[in-house]
Amino acid sequence: MYHKTLPYRVFNLLNYIVLAGISIVCLLPLYHLLMVSFSDTSAANAGRVTLWPIGFNWDAYAQTFGNHNFVTSLWVSVKRTVIGTALALAVNSIAAYALSKDNHVFRGRNIYLWYFVITMLFSAGLVPGYILILKLGLLNNLFALILPGLVAVYNIILLLNFFRSVPKELEEAAFIDGAGYLRTFISIFLPVSMPAIATIALFTMVGHWNSYFDGLIYMKGAENLPLASFMQTLIVQGNTTGFDPAVIANMSQRTLRASQIFISALPILLVYPFLQRFFVKGIVIGAVKE
Amino acid sequence: MDAMTSTDHNLKTTPKARKRSGYRVPLVLHLMVLPAVLLVFVFSYLPMGGIVMAFQDYKANLGFTGSPFVGLKHFRYMFENDYFMKITMNTLIFACSKIILNLIVPFSFALLLNEVRHMGFKRSIQTMVYLPHFLSWVTLSGILIDLLGQTGVVNQLLTFLFGMKPIFFLGDGTWFRLTIIFSDVWKEFGFNTIIFLAALSGINPALYEAAEVDGATRLKQTLHITIPSLTPILIVVATLALGSVLNANFDQVFNLYSPMIYQQGDIIDTFVYREGLLSGQFSFATAVSLFKSLIGLVLIIISYRLAYRFAGYRIF
Repeated sequence: MYHKTLPYRVFNLLNYIVLAGISIVCLLPLYHLLMVSFSDTSAANAGRVTLWPIGFNWDAYAQTFGNHNFVTSLWVSVKRTVIGTALALAVNSIAAYALSKDNHVFRGRNIYLWYFVITMLFSAGLVPGYILILKLGLLNNLFALILPGLVAVYNIILLLNFFRSVPKELEEAAFIDGAGYLRTFISIFLPVSMPAIATIALFTMVGHWNSYFDGLIYMKGAENLPLASFMQTLIVQGNTTGFDPAVIANMSQRTLRASQIFISALPILLVYPFLQRFFVKGIVIGAVKE
Repeated sequence: MDAMTSTDHNLKTTPKARKRSGYRVPLVLHLMVLPAVLLVFVFSYLPMGGIVMAFQDYKANLGFTGSPFVGLKHFRYMFENDYFMKITMNTLIFACSKIILNLIVPFSFALLLNEVRHMGFKRSIQTMVYLPHFLSWVTLSGILIDLLGQTGVVNQLLTFLFGMKPIFFLGDGTWFRLTIIFSDVWKEFGFNTIIFLAALSGINPALYEAAEVDGATRLKQTLHITIPSLTPILIVVATLALGSVLNANFDQVFNLYSPMIYQQGDIIDTFVYREGLLSGQFSFATAVSLFKSLIGLVLIIISYRLAYRFAGYRIF
């Protein structure tokens, strides 16, 4: 048995230490930021905060949530994430189901598949896409953030491969019981494909929550800006509109920024552990075929 | 088997209904694809018509039909432009370094993780290293700007440990490049191990048992069983990555760069954004992104062909 030998034991110990070290490096930056956000402004500005808050307080958070623009954009983000994910799941999963049929059952399947795959290979680019939204009159409209990326071809392929791995007998039994394709999809395929559906739901939600660029170019008023775009203007462009100037002057920009960064990441941190067990399964099943 | 299914399905119906069902059954399937087809038509295919701009001097008030055609003017200007060559080089440097490191690091990490026998430890490690993948570049650039600043933790640590002067990580061209490359690896390596871990779990344990009986050490087992078993998936990942050698990650660069380091840090996508949407050079920006899209298309087709030839990989 190799794992009883001395060299392997030494290796094993070192391995555990290295892996633990690398994992901590993945989390440490976020943790440090959290500590800065809770700290006293002078300590944060002097760079004295490392692994523990100095002069613990919630001021930065109170200030961030007191900003009217922040709360409005939080609501825009919630709306786009919920509506966008629901629509994307409905449209993509039903299309994937139809496309998972063999070509002799669903004639035209291959043509449809290529129709979708071509958009993965080639895109018109930024400017024509922008002009399209302009011409459709979707500027400042929530659907400008939802519709363009709604059909995710990669997700359709992932689901399609998953649906093909569902035993044929299940579908045959449903047909014999008199169910049509739609009924079979809803009552048989959706329930047995929950790991794959959950994976795609996770990716879509995270995608919506994190996407900032579309909001930046399509949303002109502050009241329509999703949180990620609002954060981008605050964190990267250093915009401080909506904050009380007197308070800003007293408060360290650093603690304020840290709290904003942490809040923008919080929803992701909250859903992540619940969905993690699904996505590993989902990716593996969708990507590795027999 | 599927032909059987449809016959069974039809048998229960009357002859009249059967005649109709010949159309009806596929029609449902067509309707199921319809919403996706329409959305893709509007948001992916319609904009392709806008590519005509690349060959025009597009003016918003004249539209696509009224704007004058200028042939290849924008492409000629692009290739004669030193700055365009520079950003293409930057893009290639970023993308290629990331591709190589994002293969080597996750592969090695998966091998190390595979040696962990304590399941709880293994799962905690996975949870921690996958996390950065899900954070946006807006969040992460905020973190990096804070960490790597003049009074940030990293510079403080360097001063404290080595007595070094503060480094301008985001203000010096060379350091900026390193920051872009390594922060990307930091964010993605964990998530990229998933595919290798999946392949590792698929290796037949009998191979290891046989090697054990023959007295092979764990190192020998790794070299002669584990690594050869992972080679096909490694080839697939590597060849598919070929398609993204012009994708240097817009979100990352856009949120970290500044005019100070454009010479070493600007990439094609950020350039297209500035020229197109900020300066209003619609036609020139479209020409640049068309050039990029076409090269990308060729590379993707080549990479899929290679992946299919060497590892029998197909996407569907």
